[in-house]
Amino acid sequence: MSDTTADQIPGKLTPSGANKRVRAGINSRAVVMTLYLVFLMLPIYWLLNMSLKTNTEILNSFTLWPSEPTLANYATILTDPAWYMGYVNSLIYVVMNTVISVAVALPAAYAFSRYSFMGDKHLFFWLLTNRMAPPAVFALPFFQLYSSVGLFDTHIAVALAHCLFNVPLAVWILEGFMRGVPKEIDETAYIDGYSFPRFFVKIFMPLIASGIGVAAFFCFMFSWVELLLSRTLTTVDAKPIAAIMTRTQGAAGIDWGVLAAAGVLTIVPGALVIYFVRNYIAKGFALGRV
Amino acid sequence: MDKTPNQKAWFLVLPVLVLVAFSAVIPLMTVVNYSVQDTFGGNQFFWAGLEWFDELLHSERMWDALGRQLLFSAIILAIEVPLGILVALNMPKKGVWVSVCLVLMSLPLLIPWNVVGTIWQIFGRVDIGLLGHTLAALGIEYNYTQNTLDAWITVIVMDVWHWTSLVALLAYAGLQSIPDAYYQAAKIDQASRWKVFRYIELPKMMGVLMIAILLRFMDSFMIYTEPFVVTGGGPGNATTFLSIDLVKMALGQFDLGPAAAFSIMYFLVILLISWVFYTVMTNLDKKGS
Repeated sequence: MSDTTADQIPGKLTPSGANKRVRAGINSRAVVMTLYLVFLMLPIYWLLNMSLKTNTEILNSFTLWPSEPTLANYATILTDPAWYMGYVNSLIYVVMNTVISVAVALPAAYAFSRYSFMGDKHLFFWLLTNRMAPPAVFALPFFQLYSSVGLFDTHIAVALAHCLFNVPLAVWILEGFMRGVPKEIDETAYIDGYSFPRFFVKIFMPLIASGIGVAAFFCFMFSWVELLLSRTLTTVDAKPIAAIMTRTQGAAGIDWGVLAAAGVLTIVPGALVIYFVRNYIAKGFALGRV
Repeated sequence: MDKTPNQKAWFLVLPVLVLVAFSAVIPLMTVVNYSVQDTFGGNQFFWAGLEWFDELLHSERMWDALGRQLLFSAIILAIEVPLGILVALNMPKKGVWVSVCLVLMSLPLLIPWNVVGTIWQIFGRVDIGLLGHTLAALGIEYNYTQNTLDAWITVIVMDVWHWTSLVALLAYAGLQSIPDAYYQAAKIDQASRWKVFRYIELPKMMGVLMIAILLRFMDSFMIYTEPFVVTGGGPGNATTFLSIDLVKMALGQFDLGPAAAFSIMYFLVILLISWVFYTVMTNLDKKGS
C-alpha cells in the first residue's frame, strides 16, 4: 500500500521543461485547489486528531496534534459487539439495497431508453418525484407499514425503504448510459437469434458496465449516508452505526474521543469505495449525460 | 434516438413499479388518510375534512419554517454553484493530481450525514474545536448554540463544505466533454478568458449544471440530519427547517393529523419547484441533441 502511494504522488508537479506561461497558469490553479482542499480536509483532520487523543487531553488542553497518540478509542469500538455490529448492520442493508436497486432498475432503464410506450414520460417523472420526497415525510408511515408486515428492525426493511430514493436515481443514471449505446447493436443481436434475456446479460450489460458501476456507487453512497429512515426503522438487531453513535452521550457528558473514532471509522468504507471508482467519478457524477 | 413504440415495455418497468408502489404509494396513502382524520388515541379515527390544512395555512410555525427553508436553499445554491464552477475550472489538467483531487473532493460526499454534523460540532465548539477556538483567540465572539447568526453561518458553511464538491464534479465532467478544437478556435479569434467561459464553457456545462442545481435544491430542501446534530434546530427555532419541524411533529409529539397535512404541503412545494427545474432541464437536453 505505502509504496504504491509513493509512486503516485511524485514530488515535482511540473516537468522542468515547461515554459513560464504554463507554469504561471498552473500556479493560480494550484492556489485555488489547495485552498479548497485545505478547507475540505481541515474538519476531517480535526476529527482524526480528536480520535487519537484521550478525553483528558481533549478537554483540558488545546493541541493541534495529539501529544500522546492513543488507539484506546478505536479499541473501545472494535472490541465491543454493540459498537462494531453497527458497522456490520449498516453494510448489510447498504449492500442489499444496492443489489435490489440496480437489479430492478436495469430492465426499467432499458425500457425507457429504447421504447416509447403509453405514459412513459409521466411514469419517468413520477419515478423521479420519489427521489424528491423528503424522508421526513415517509418516516412515520414507513414505521407503521413495516411494523404491520412484521419487518420492523430487520435489514431488509431498511434496504427496501432506501429503494424509495435509490431506485429512481439508478433508473435515471442507467438510462443516461444506455442512451449512449447505439440501437443497431440490439437489432443485430436479435437478427442473430439472441433472445432478449440472453442478449441483455451477454451483450448489453458488459457494454454499460461502467454505468452499472456508477449506479451501484450512487446507491451505496445514498444508502450509506442516510440516517433518518434507518434510525426510525430499527431498534436493536439492525441498528446502523450512525444511530449507535448517540451512545457516546452518557451521564458524564459526551465521550468525545470515542465519538470521533466512530466518525473516522464511518469515513473508511466510503473512502475505499471512492478509491476503487476514482476514474469513473467525474463521468459518474454527470449521470452518464456528458 | 428514435424510440420504437412498444407497449410490452411495460413488463420491463413492472418490477420497479411494484417496488415503488410498495415503498412509496402505500405510505403516501397512509399520510393522505391521516391528513383528513382526527384521533383521540386508541385507534379511533374521526373524519376531520380539510380542517388540518386550514389550520396549517394559518399557522405561523409552518410559514416561518418554510421561509427559513427557502432562504437556506437560496443561500447555499448561490454559494455552491459559483464556487463549484470555480473549483472545476481550476482542476489540474492531467496527471496523478487529477485523481488525488477527485478522491479528496468526493470524500465529504460519502460521510454519513450525522457524522458530517458531528464533525462540524467538534470543529466549531469554542472549548475543543479548531474553528471555535481560533475565532475566540482572534477575539471574535462566536457561539453557534447561542447566537442565531452564528448558527446560520455554521450550518451554511457546513453545507458548502459537504456539497460544493458535487457541483464541482458535475461541472468538471461537463468541461471534460469540450473538444480541444473549441479552445484552439477561441485562441485564433483571440477571445478573452471571460469570453471563452461565457460562450464555450458555460453553454457546454449547462446540462450538467441543471442536474447539479436540481439535486442540490431537492436535497437542501429536505435537509434534516446535519443541522439537527449541530444545532438541534436552535437556538430557539432559528435553524428549524421543514424536515426538522415535521419530525418533531410526527415522531416527537405524534400529532398525526397536522403532521400528515404538513407532509402533503411539503411534498407539493418540492414537487412544484422540482417540476420547473426538470422541465427546463429536459428542454435544454432537447436543444443540445
